[in-house]
Amino acid sequence: MKPKFLPIAVGATMAVGYAGSALAATEIQWWHAMGGKLGEKVVEIAEGFNASQSDYKVTPVYKGNYTETMTAAIAAFRAKQQPHIVQVFEVGTASMMAAKGAIYPVYQMMADAGEAFDPKDYLASVTGYYTDTDGNMLSMPFNSSTPVLYYNKTAFEKAGIAGPPTTWPEVEAAAKKAQAAGYPCGFTTGWQSWVQIENFSAWHNLSIGTKANGFAGSDTEFVFNSPDHVKHIGQLAEWQKSKVFDYGGRRSESAPKFYGQECVMYMNSSAAYAGVKANAKEFEFGVSALPHWADVGSAPQNTIIGGATLWVLQGHDAEDYKAAAKFFSYLSSAEVQADWHQFTGYLPITTAAYELTASQGFYEKNPGTDVAIQQMTGKAPTENSKGLRFGNFVQIRDIINEELEAIWGGSKSAQEGLDDAVSRGNALLRKFEAATGG
Amino acid sequence: MVENRPWLTVFSHVVLCLGVLVTALPIWIAFVASTHPADSMLSGRTPLLPGGNMLENYATVLGSGVKAAGSIPVGTMLWNSFVMALMIAVGKIAISIIAAYAIVYFRFPLRKTCFWVIFITLMLPVEVRILPTFGVVASLDMLNSYWGLSVPLIASATATFLFRQFFLTVPEELAEAARIDGAGPLKFFRDILLPLSRTNIAALFVILFIFGWNQYLWPLLVTTDEGFYTIVMGIQRMLQAEDAEPAWHEIMATSMLAMLPPVLVVVFMQRLFVKGLIEQEK
Amino acid sequence: MEKRVVFSKLGLPILLVAPQIVITLVFFIWPASQALYQSLLLEDAFGLKSQFVWLDNFIALFSDPHYLNSFARTVVFSAATAGLSLGVALFLAAMADRVLKGATAYRTLIVWPYAVAPAVAGVLWFFMFNPSIGILAYLLKGLGYDWNHYLDGTDAMMLVILAASWKQVSYNFLFFLAGLQAIPRSLVEAAAIDGARPFKRFWTIVFPLLSPTAFFLLVVNIVYAFFDTFGIVHATTSGGPAQSTTILVYKVFNDGFIGLDLGGSAAQSVVLMAVVITLTVFQFRYIERKVAY
Repeated sequence: MKPKFLPIAVGATMAVGYAGSALAATEIQWWHAMGGKLGEKVVEIAEGFNASQSDYKVTPVYKGNYTETMTAAIAAFRAKQQPHIVQVFEVGTASMMAAKGAIYPVYQMMADAGEAFDPKDYLASVTGYYTDTDGNMLSMPFNSSTPVLYYNKTAFEKAGIAGPPTTWPEVEAAAKKAQAAGYPCGFTTGWQSWVQIENFSAWHNLSIGTKANGFAGSDTEFVFNSPDHVKHIGQLAEWQKSKVFDYGGRRSESAPKFYGQECVMYMNSSAAYAGVKANAKEFEFGVSALPHWADVGSAPQNTIIGGATLWVLQGHDAEDYKAAAKFFSYLSSAEVQADWHQFTGYLPITTAAYELTASQGFYEKNPGTDVAIQQMTGKAPTENSKGLRFGNFVQIRDIINEELEAIWGGSKSAQEGLDDAVSRGNALLRKFEAATGG
Repeated sequence: MVENRPWLTVFSHVVLCLGVLVTALPIWIAFVASTHPADSMLSGRTPLLPGGNMLENYATVLGSGVKAAGSIPVGTMLWNSFVMALMIAVGKIAISIIAAYAIVYFRFPLRKTCFWVIFITLMLPVEVRILPTFGVVASLDMLNSYWGLSVPLIASATATFLFRQFFLTVPEELAEAARIDGAGPLKFFRDILLPLSRTNIAALFVILFIFGWNQYLWPLLVTTDEGFYTIVMGIQRMLQAEDAEPAWHEIMATSMLAMLPPVLVVVFMQRLFVKGLIEQEK
Repeated sequence: MEKRVVFSKLGLPILLVAPQIVITLVFFIWPASQALYQSLLLEDAFGLKSQFVWLDNFIALFSDPHYLNSFARTVVFSAATAGLSLGVALFLAAMADRVLKGATAYRTLIVWPYAVAPAVAGVLWFFMFNPSIGILAYLLKGLGYDWNHYLDGTDAMMLVILAASWKQVSYNFLFFLAGLQAIPRSLVEAAAIDGARPFKRFWTIVFPLLSPTAFFLLVVNIVYAFFDTFGIVHATTSGGPAQSTTILVYKVFNDGFIGLDLGGSAAQSVVLMAVVITLTVFQFRYIERKVAY
């Protein structure tokens, strides 16, 4: 009596013990958060896999943005209706890792399914973020990116700026020259916590939190209110007044400021490359490494990733997990990865995909697309630049966003804002420790 | 009017026209945006006059669907919204009118309790109890179905409350006369109460249809099958695609389509709607 | 307030209330009681581990200055939205009541935003005031006002108030206009003959007669601003910047749905439920009295 579509009815009942028949292909659900052109590509990948064999079928389901997808998967898990594979963004990593009875670690699933799998094939700087202390990969990297600097080449020429700035004082000088040439603003940034706090710290080899940024234990505490952090954020706040820096939103809402030639520089994910290329119509643009302070820490170190990985959830049949394992193998193959990397601007997750892309001459034809990879792999990661692993970090990022907004708006000094962010963040870390520990 | 103040009348018209303009402004801008190509919006500022891409944009969203929202054709989402809104409106009116009838015209044990169980729920929004409700719906195996979309939203007491208010104003002589004539309670309900409630039902239908049509968070959670996505939810999804620019032209075209049905319902049922609304609230 | 004449059957009424009671119990009371129970737990997101922590979540809530601020913001937001939408609606209705000719046409043209989903209304206003691409933000910049609701909490608050009021004016307008049209002309004309000027007439004669409507609308508007504006805030500001537009219902959503802090969010739900029940009882008593009168 329920008006349901058949395939999904099957998908849903599978969760409560669908035996599977010898004739029908085993179907698994993959919940993802990729909209737009990326979403099309996701569908293409799933279709490619389905066409490559006949035993298994992957159904991609778009579940909204990252937070909506993760919450939906968790709500579904509590109701025993979870998908097989779910895409979770990097800040959700600690929450997923702590959910030991809910997740099926990827290395284990691959072994149980008898699927060939060598973690060494993957880029260490990408997988490090998602590996436990014993070196086991818990989730499958899918879309990873790192922040870079986009700049308006045309405007730089007009204003007589020699080339992309590599240090923050050069950024300021370039911004002032551009402003003198009639451009209202110097630079803007997307994802401020990720770019200006998390990656700023890694790039300068500064700690964000104790215990190796949380990798060594959940009793970690934030330290991103150090004098170096305060100096950087305080400088940005100062620049906000003269529009050397102009804040334009928590996510990527500031992009039109760059497209519309309001700001001549833009710091955001390397995955924004496709968007910038499509929208920078009236000017030439270039890509360069993030700027650094010459006198802070040991910059430039390396930057850390953002993006998302695929987690496998418990509670399905062994046959389903065979399908998931086969799919992961397909997904990691050099051809699929190289295509995904070139199309989206996300990093290639395997060395083979990187080499394949290089041999195809992609980096020469698209200058700037390899900046992100060099930036990430230029130096061996330290304790401070391997990544971060903090519980409740989704909420903590919101707190950092709020405090930064208060700083940009002038209602708090950089010191006050960062102190408050650290103490509010620590409270959530303790809550996470209490909820998941013991 | 015994007096004549032409200036005041002119002033009134000016004020009203301004009111109409401010009311219409967001829609005009949305309409304009829906007729331009994508890059008109991202390169700095939105245009004020319609562009030439109207047919193309609407054809895209209606036909192949908006990619940023998982490429579900807008037609499917409109249909789902329509079914959900209709089920909510009809379901809520049906269960409410009989419940209100029982509470007003009968004495039975636990009557007061029933009354309070219903009325305690009067205004609590879905957002507040959404995760536990999801659990209930999932355990009843109602995810990805029109039942799951609509039944949990029928559980609020607004309509019952309004019918109760209305029944209390119905003259007692009517029921008395019916009883003397030997008409049973069901006959009284069908032949007298229902016809009297016609405008109320119409007004409530409009209100509830709009309420149902405009749901966002609930459909977001209970549907994992793209075949059940609703239109309001689709718009939000287009807006928040990860690592992609919002496709404003398509978002606005979809918004226009999403607004059309409920606005038409309000405009065309205006007379009944206003009458019913005002009568029951006063 | 009870009916005197009632039917005296037993099975039938129970059958009649049963559907509503069952749906309410299953989809309302049961989830609400679960929220109540959850508010006493400290739990991880997946529900794998949980401990009973008594009232810790509530204590944490009321010792969190941000939560208390959120209360204050909700009050400011509700008062401003109710005030603005009631004021504008009353003004427009008074004008429409005067013009006689075309009043229905004006009504049609003003009433339709009632049908627009809060989430869609939010998208529209967000689009117009978007600091990077919005046409109104651009105009304001031309006038020398640097609109940036990403940065300036006041701008953000104004944006959500404007969007919320825009949607609500239509509803208020309907009621005010109907209320005005129900006032006997002779009363107003008598005052006109006595030489009372239009403005004075309005305040001394018309408005007092309208006050029951106004009071009813006030309650409805406050409830609207408290709860139905979630979609608007979600689409325009997401509660920012620096929590300056985080109203209570948005915070419940944000902490529970995005932050996955189920205990804390449930505790907030419980507080909200208490607020709702108070408001409901208040409105219920008021309407009850009015009907009795």
